[in-house]
Amino acid sequence: MEIPYTVEVRRDTGLTNGKIGIWLFLASEVMLFGALFASYILIRTGMPVWPRGDSILNVPLATINTIVLISSSVTMVMAWASLKRNQFGRFRLYLGSTVLLGGVFLVIKYFEYSHKFENGLFPRTSNFLALYFTLTGLHMLHVIGGMTVNAYLWGPGAKLWKTNPEWFANRVENSGLFWHFVDLVWIFLFPTLYLL
Amino acid sequence: MTTEHAADHAADIDKHVKQYIAVFVALMALTIITVAISRLHLPVAEAVTIALIVAVIKGSLVALVFMHLISEQKLIYAVLALTVAFFVVLLFVPSLTHFDGFWVH
Repeated sequence: MEIPYTVEVRRDTGLTNGKIGIWLFLASEVMLFGALFASYILIRTGMPVWPRGDSILNVPLATINTIVLISSSVTMVMAWASLKRNQFGRFRLYLGSTVLLGGVFLVIKYFEYSHKFENGLFPRTSNFLALYFTLTGLHMLHVIGGMTVNAYLWGPGAKLWKTNPEWFANRVENSGLFWHFVDLVWIFLFPTLYLL
Repeated sequence: MTTEHAADHAADIDKHVKQYIAVFVALMALTIITVAISRLHLPVAEAVTIALIVAVIKGSLVALVFMHLISEQKLIYAVLALTVAFFVVLLFVPSLTHFDGFWVH
């Protein structure tokens, strides 16, 4: 039995099932991160003193990470555009870059976290650090998830390009939507935790 | 058989690619700006307001251009409108209904 509406749109929604599916999933993710941001607001406004982010966290490293994720969003959308232009080689290059940039993000986060631990700074140390590790930790899991899907689409999943290129392009686009969301969360996380 | 994107043809993609590059440059600039402003050590209320405005601009660029929201179908807009409404409630109800320590600085 064939999976329906992977390429043609449904009459009632005007969308492919994958597209509406991923957007609904992103809506649920907004709730997930929203709950944590709400916790941040509640805890911070309930405390008489709150440390400035730059007094505890490494702003230069996080700025680099922000640039890394934004760049990976560009390479992600360029990967999709390359498929639309029938340039499979370029697609591989761009999607590969997206996965690599995700890897760079993780490496930088590893250095950030290990430096904290080496200095005796753990989630249990303070409310600020509890929120920092929870928010960035959950975000990091999303980065890993997105990288996994992208790596699949770069590797074994790319077989679909030969038999159904439009379906494959839609898959890349939907994976891209998730990846852009991960970037979007970081765009708000970065100033919230590091700059305020 | 209908597909959803008006941007299926090569010429349209070229125009989109130009937009992607422009947004990339804008996002880089806004990142530098938001870090630079944080160095000014403004009072909390101002710092938060400005940081949020910059973040919303950056987020909107990613959502509208990279995620193609600017040319999406009505149903997606409806889903997102509902999401935003619930998100705003989620963000502020805990703080606003918690009566000990409201806006203590």
